[in-house]
Amino acid sequence: MTIIEDSPTTEREFGRARKRKEDARLITGRTKWTDNIQLPGMLHLAMVRSPYASATISAIDTSEAKAASGVVGVWTGPELAGSETGLPCAWPITPDMKAPTHPSIAQGRVAFAGEIVAVVAARSAIDAIDAAEKVIVDYDDTTPVLDMEQALAEGSPLVHPELGTNKNATWIFDSGEAGTGDSADAAIAAARTDPDSIVVQRRYRQQRLIPAFMEPRSTVVDPTGEQITVWSATQVPHFVRIFMALVTGTPESKIRVIAPDVGGGFGGKLQFTPEEVITFLLARAIGKPVKYTESRSESMVSSHHGRDQIQQLTLSAKRDGTVTGLKVELLADMGAYLGLVSPGVPILGAFMFNSIYKFPAYRFECTNVFTNKTWTDAYRGAGRPEATFAIERLMDALASELGREPMELRQQNWITHEEFPFTTVCGLTYDSGNYEAATAKAMELFDYDGLRREQAERRERRDPIQLGIGISTFTEMCGLAPSRVLGSLNYVGGGWENAAIRMLPTGKVEVVTGTSPHGQGHETAWSQIVADRLGVAFEDVEVLHGDTQVSPRGLDSYGSRSLVVGGVAVSLAADKVIEKARVVAAHLLEASPDDLEFAAGNFTVRGTDQSTSLATIAFASFDAHNLPDGIEPGIDAEATFDPPNFSYPHGTHLCATEVDTETGVVTIRTYVCVDDIGTVLNPLIVEGQVHGGLAQGIAQALYEDGVYDDSGTLTAASLATYHIPSASDLPSFTTDRTVTPATSNHLGVKGVGEAGTIASTPAVVNSVVDALAPWGVDDIEMPMTPMRVWKMIQSAIPSSTTGGNA
Amino acid sequence: MIPSTFDYEAPTTVEDALTLLASAGDREVKVMAGGQSLLPVLRLRLAAPELVIDLGKIDELRGVSDDGDAVVIGAMTTHDDVVREPLIRQHALLLSATAQTVADPQIRHRGTLGGALAHADPAGDMGAPALALDAQMVIASLGGARRTVPAVEFFADLFSTAVGDGELLVAVRVPKHTGWGAHYEKMNRVAQAWSMVAVAAAVRVDGGTIAEAKVALTNMGVVPLRAHAVEQALVGRPATAESVRVAAASAAEGTSPMSDGNADEEFRRHLATVLTGRAVLAAAGI
Amino acid sequence: MSTRSVTVTVDGVRYTDDVEPRTLLAHYLRERLGKVGTVVGCDTSSCGACTVHLDGRSVKSCSVLAVQADGSDITTIEGLTTNGELHPMQRAFHDNHALQCGFCTPGMIMAAIDLLSNNPDPTEHDIREGIEGNLCRCTGYHNIVKAVQAAAGQQSESAPQAVAATGGVA
Repeated sequence: MTIIEDSPTTEREFGRARKRKEDARLITGRTKWTDNIQLPGMLHLAMVRSPYASATISAIDTSEAKAASGVVGVWTGPELAGSETGLPCAWPITPDMKAPTHPSIAQGRVAFAGEIVAVVAARSAIDAIDAAEKVIVDYDDTTPVLDMEQALAEGSPLVHPELGTNKNATWIFDSGEAGTGDSADAAIAAARTDPDSIVVQRRYRQQRLIPAFMEPRSTVVDPTGEQITVWSATQVPHFVRIFMALVTGTPESKIRVIAPDVGGGFGGKLQFTPEEVITFLLARAIGKPVKYTESRSESMVSSHHGRDQIQQLTLSAKRDGTVTGLKVELLADMGAYLGLVSPGVPILGAFMFNSIYKFPAYRFECTNVFTNKTWTDAYRGAGRPEATFAIERLMDALASELGREPMELRQQNWITHEEFPFTTVCGLTYDSGNYEAATAKAMELFDYDGLRREQAERRERRDPIQLGIGISTFTEMCGLAPSRVLGSLNYVGGGWENAAIRMLPTGKVEVVTGTSPHGQGHETAWSQIVADRLGVAFEDVEVLHGDTQVSPRGLDSYGSRSLVVGGVAVSLAADKVIEKARVVAAHLLEASPDDLEFAAGNFTVRGTDQSTSLATIAFASFDAHNLPDGIEPGIDAEATFDPPNFSYPHGTHLCATEVDTETGVVTIRTYVCVDDIGTVLNPLIVEGQVHGGLAQGIAQALYEDGVYDDSGTLTAASLATYHIPSASDLPSFTTDRTVTPATSNHLGVKGVGEAGTIASTPAVVNSVVDALAPWGVDDIEMPMTPMRVWKMIQSAIPSSTTGGNA
Repeated sequence: MIPSTFDYEAPTTVEDALTLLASAGDREVKVMAGGQSLLPVLRLRLAAPELVIDLGKIDELRGVSDDGDAVVIGAMTTHDDVVREPLIRQHALLLSATAQTVADPQIRHRGTLGGALAHADPAGDMGAPALALDAQMVIASLGGARRTVPAVEFFADLFSTAVGDGELLVAVRVPKHTGWGAHYEKMNRVAQAWSMVAVAAAVRVDGGTIAEAKVALTNMGVVPLRAHAVEQALVGRPATAESVRVAAASAAEGTSPMSDGNADEEFRRHLATVLTGRAVLAAAGI
Repeated sequence: MSTRSVTVTVDGVRYTDDVEPRTLLAHYLRERLGKVGTVVGCDTSSCGACTVHLDGRSVKSCSVLAVQADGSDITTIEGLTTNGELHPMQRAFHDNHALQCGFCTPGMIMAAIDLLSNNPDPTEHDIREGIEGNLCRCTGYHNIVKAVQAAAGQQSESAPQAVAATGGVA
């Protein structure tokens, strides 16, 4: 079914709020989730998972399970050839990084609760699950390592004894050493002895989060063809193909990976998983299609988690408010194993702690730690939310220490719009931005001054419901990424993206993209790019993706890269089509190619009324009856774009919260954000990305907590105990934009997928801390539960003055 | 996840259901009302009964009737019906007000009053209003026998009630509280999470004075608890915020709340007083 | 393993099947009837992705046994579109960009339709409470609320607006 829109197609597509093509199937249930796939003779898997965080396996008895109805086989790690091969980590951040082997099935030892110890294949999912319960595993459990600081202490038990340490790696950036700035240690030391300076030290905790995409992961592998076909609920089908070949030994050319409809990812499906490998190994071994779909309970413990850092921060400033140095010392919890980019997640934040401020000196030092918990890896923002949180909380702390208005203090230190392009203390060059403009717009929409007045009034009358105002003036680096930069950071892979455009003889256009959408709306957005560029109807553009046989080259979707890398590639491919067509058009019009103008899908000989359409050229190059000598039939084109720089969206987010000082309940009253993501392709999709991002960032501030008990069991192991906010828990948002086009791509676009998440968490926390300033509250650990908020109020001594911020 | 295998019976009369229960012998049996608590437990395989007796086909367990001084609510009356039913709204508004806060709409369409009471989850919402309104639980046993247990004796312990082996909760008889104001004040982490603490209050104001007051607490112990000290402190006092504030201060008296990650004992005790104040104010229309 | 016979009408078609008592309605719909538009997102009846209408009321089909549904009339997301016309709620979700990945969408639409059938003129607060049994991870609910408001506004106009669509649903 196609939804007919009663809209003209002559309007320019770029910037137009096109309703999505994807919706037609999604709103009618005509969808292809991986778990929907049924193939003849298909077998189903169930996993036996360890309930222990740290244990050796002394025995596994599979005899009863093997004898159960419908069971084709049961395999332990040592019994399934290939399951012992380590899963890949694509980001060895240092040459001496310690990395444990991560088998897809445990080989005698488990390192987190949820690790797979055996697998059952059966006729039906229910037979497999029933049989899995009959597998008897004898564990000798040992004391789990759960706390990062204790893990690094002398004499701690080891997550992986063979590594001899719980430390994965330490990674350091120092602007003094790099030559991009001064020494932060020197700046801070100088500030300590300077009466005109101040040093602010804070320790913040980034709790563990669970991506909790709505569609549980599922994989189907069909080995009954010349290629083995893998369907998987993944963000990264191209990665899966390469790594499946490397891990299983099946040649890459014999593997086809398809990401059909994928129900959200948020980084959580940026992974190559044990479950994918096991399903592949068994399908290959048995010779029948095999499916594995995880339950939500399994997903909570076995899909990778995110965040989980301890941040020790030191900032120096002049007493006039000018920042002089910043030192960041991080501990980052890897969990039990390294995923595709686990060690690099904190590094993605390393260059962002300085944010929009002109720090002259900066040092970042991160130690990654193993614990007996679920592995961590990318989750929406990956490194940048942590950095943004730290600096935006620190700026408020500095304002509080100096008795300064927090927005005014930021303004004093941020890069002004005249200073772009600006090379930061980390050596990154921010191409464009206008922090003043976004802030001015946000403050007006928010009624900043009015809310400050109301805040003062409530403080004055000691209202039990206090009002807080939180600021987050963020930027981030996204659009992953310049391949050369990734190489310099030891990332195993590039950051380019590929697109191809096929001009069909009937006038329709197929766009093949290497990005792999899972909710972002690329089918709509890429159609808009091509419709504009080629002058064809939006409806006549078909976007193909997520299948390595259809789209052989691509690096998939994550890191807010799809439009700024993949969309740009689409546009470049369209330009190549035009240039190929120009030669044919010139031939048909008997004109020089240089004399042709291309607009709205037509080539016109400049200064004449002679013209021909792209559709005509497409057919002429298809029948090839009359082509110029030496010109191949066909005007299809392909382009690969490797961005010269990251994308630096920015914005000002303002959050007003009402804090019930009697119960500790926090309610968001107003949330205003003005984001600058450069030129906007589709405002409807952009706003949707921002809304969803805000919800996830707010959820970190207020609700979600991937908490473990003392035995290493995830207590937030279901959606009943891991508190994803519902509609009742969130407000409506006021979103707006300023536009400062990016200069790093010809479309002027910047990434938007993660901006809302990155910016919103500190805005909410700053707001609640601001509300409680009269009590002297300086920080509240996330999530800011009613109990934590109330306890902070209880433990604080009310200040004698009613005013908090000046 | 999918539950472990079980046998299933759906009797159409209470007597048939009791007969099935009696004949179950040593088999592990679960009686299913709306199934909204039971099915997730079975799916997670935290329980694996051999027999599930579904009360869903027993018509006599549904519906609400006027029995003179009381409203009688069939055990299989859904939360949604408790919210809407005019007889309940008129005479036992506190039950309707509380049922409105249970879980979410879909679960209220299936979940039942009797099921919730018999499940006796300390964080469940329906126990406190039943206790506050001095509801009488009608328990059936084989041969048409019926006994009535007051709410205060019904809740025995964590997930445990006065319903014995071979018995079924068939109805809840709620004395009429016509003209009483009512409010259920609930606090949870997110909208559909269980109550950390909640307070059920019914108040009758007469000529500016609190004539009668009934207050019960959710999740302040292993069973719902009456806040008798609060009630006594309210009765006869002027219906003012100050009266309520003073009375609510004793809400946590005699309670024994547990501690968990969402709320420790100290916080729960504190919440009990705050939420009691708010519940009574709302119920009294102050 | 004993089975029981159930007869249900789903999206206008009558089915009689033998099922294991433990079969959840959601799995029966998906695996026996091929109604894969209805999806399962959790195992604690938290997410609401599996919401269908059972005798006209929204329920989470993962928390109903197929045997409990015996004799019932069930509507799934796949039964909303008739003769190529989208249900006004489907149309409103499209018009207001109320979905991204689309996994929660079938359940969200079914819950929203039930909400309006009970409360044709809901406030924003009513809408947020009315869909609180359905989790969405993509939209922050902002545009879902707008869509339900739009559908309510449309419903309150005298004639429901029919929306043309080409093609058919299987």
